[in-house]
Amino acid sequence: MKTNSSTKQKQHNKALSTLQKTPTGISGLDEVTGGGLPKGRPTLVCGEAGCGKTMLSIEFIVRGVIQFNEPGVIMTFEERAAELAVNVASLGFDLEKLQADKKIKMDYVHISRAEIQETGEYDLDGLFIRLGHAIDSIKAKRVVLDTIENLFGGLENEAILRAELRRLFTWLKDKGVTAIVTGERGEGKLTRYGLEEYVSDCVILLDHRVVNQISTRRMRIVKYRGSLHGTNEYPFLIDSEGIAVLPVTSLNLDKETTSERISSGIPSVDDMLGGKGFFRGSSILVSGTAGTGKTSIASAFADGVCKSKQRCLFFAFEESPQQIVRNMRSINIDLEKHIKSGMLKFFGARPTLYGLEMHLVAIHKEIQKFKPSVVILDPITNFISIGSLSEVKNMLIRLIDFLQGEQITVMFTALTLGDLVYDQTDEAISSLVDAWLMVKDIEANGERNRGMYVMKSRGMKHSNQVREFVISDDGLELIEVYVGPDGILTGSAREAQILQEETGVAIHNYALSRKDREIMRKRQVLEAKISSLNSEFESVEEELNKVYEEEELRKQILNKNRQTMQSIRRGNEKNDERQNSK
Amino acid sequence: MKTEHKKWELRLYIAGHTEKSVTAMNNLRRYCEEHLKGLYKIEVIDLLRKPQLAEGDQILATPTLVRKVPEPIRKIIGDLSNEEKVLVGLNIIPA
Repeated sequence: MKTNSSTKQKQHNKALSTLQKTPTGISGLDEVTGGGLPKGRPTLVCGEAGCGKTMLSIEFIVRGVIQFNEPGVIMTFEERAAELAVNVASLGFDLEKLQADKKIKMDYVHISRAEIQETGEYDLDGLFIRLGHAIDSIKAKRVVLDTIENLFGGLENEAILRAELRRLFTWLKDKGVTAIVTGERGEGKLTRYGLEEYVSDCVILLDHRVVNQISTRRMRIVKYRGSLHGTNEYPFLIDSEGIAVLPVTSLNLDKETTSERISSGIPSVDDMLGGKGFFRGSSILVSGTAGTGKTSIASAFADGVCKSKQRCLFFAFEESPQQIVRNMRSINIDLEKHIKSGMLKFFGARPTLYGLEMHLVAIHKEIQKFKPSVVILDPITNFISIGSLSEVKNMLIRLIDFLQGEQITVMFTALTLGDLVYDQTDEAISSLVDAWLMVKDIEANGERNRGMYVMKSRGMKHSNQVREFVISDDGLELIEVYVGPDGILTGSAREAQILQEETGVAIHNYALSRKDREIMRKRQVLEAKISSLNSEFESVEEELNKVYEEEELRKQILNKNRQTMQSIRRGNEKNDERQNSK
Repeated sequence: MKTEHKKWELRLYIAGHTEKSVTAMNNLRRYCEEHLKGLYKIEVIDLLRKPQLAEGDQILATPTLVRKVPEPIRKIIGDLSNEEKVLVGLNIIPA
């Protein structure tokens, strides 16, 4: 029922919205404007010199041809067609070819007061006819007038000019072309000659600001009649692929979540996180003081991700990619093979290269191009050098927002400098991240060791213990720390504890064996005693037996003697025989 | 007159036979007859019929009078109602 009514609602809305839009094809701009520029109407793009007005206009036309098969007319009042073609060739736009293919028509309107005399009444029908001819000759759907205000410099009669401009914009609407009209920013006004008066459907303001020697380009939709639009200032970037606007700051938190897990690349860290690692699409912060192995943790993560045949994009803001690859080799993490197999991509940039917003746009673009499942930023703290804490936080919110939407897991590393700053930096972003690993120096007994613990990990069981974090030739490992009466033991103290325990075991074993031997001896003594008693008993027995035998023997002898005596006395042989037979 | 030995090639761009076009044409003919008799050639181009010609001479406004010869090219826009301005603009009389 519910879904039914909601789809009905949607259809209803669709039927209501009569304002059609022409997509620009410019990355991000269509999101900001909710689909593009108003179809069949002129849009004013204004801003100071060098803010990217012309670039935006040309890209609108070229993308119109390439992506939407809508031919376009570029009428320029500033640059010659050939110069313009050279200027945009750096973006890979081949205007010459597009013109030859009759997809784009360029017209350079040259106007100079020195060459022109004015006398009496006139109108700008010549311009209309030129433009009309250009539009008709290639059946253009898009038109750019860059910068039409130059007419004010070339013509004296402003009253006629204004009347004609008003007529021009109406005429453009009648023609049904989607047009961009550019205008120079004026003092206290959007444009120097008040073009906004004539173009009332959509006004886009471009801005180029330099703060702390770092420039940032921004875009704002001042007005968009009949359409919802973002009202913020959106940073944008002009690079080798044209303009990219960053539309992310969606206010809603209705991101899809998954309970799928992704290994941290270090088995013992996984163990601390309920045995399975992080959630996919979550954000992870690894913070610690200098030299605690944050980059190593990040690299191990990258290594693990690549081994499981997923893509990883590594933004290195401190060390160069080559440096990281070399350093990680020393702890048995081979990142190079992942780079070669295309699973891992490094993107190295100094934070001071451009402003925060530009970084965000650049990161955004790289991510959209590479489509990784894991993104690593190492470290984010360097950004504070180019923006305030709140700005950095803002940027990270937007980045996390975007990454969560794409189900990309992100790991940030953050440098902390002692307790004071650590609180500051981490507090700013700790509420944003889902998991927070903290690597801490443990200083004791004249040495420094690393302790790691899971500060937080949303939505999973995790260990509350401090583990010793050991970086060896074989990689990274967490070792259970010893908790003694004086606190936790790490490093050599832990080793000593192990040795001590081993000694204890040896002594214990020794003691055991001594006791065994004693028992053995006692038994031997007893057994000896038993055997002597036995032999004593035998001799006594023998003695006794001897007496018996002697007595028997004596008895027999006595008997014999007696008989002999009797026979002798009788002298009777017969008696003798009788006696014998008896 | 020192310019007498020269030929004058003038082009008048108009957009249809509007009031302004007709005024401009009449004015131009009159000035030429007065000052350049026998030395001039006028070509009237109606952009409504030949829109492709507008680009070549950088025509914006109509009517526009273009002096092709003698060089350099000169342009006068408007209905040419101010005779002095036109003559100065075409360099027929010095400013």
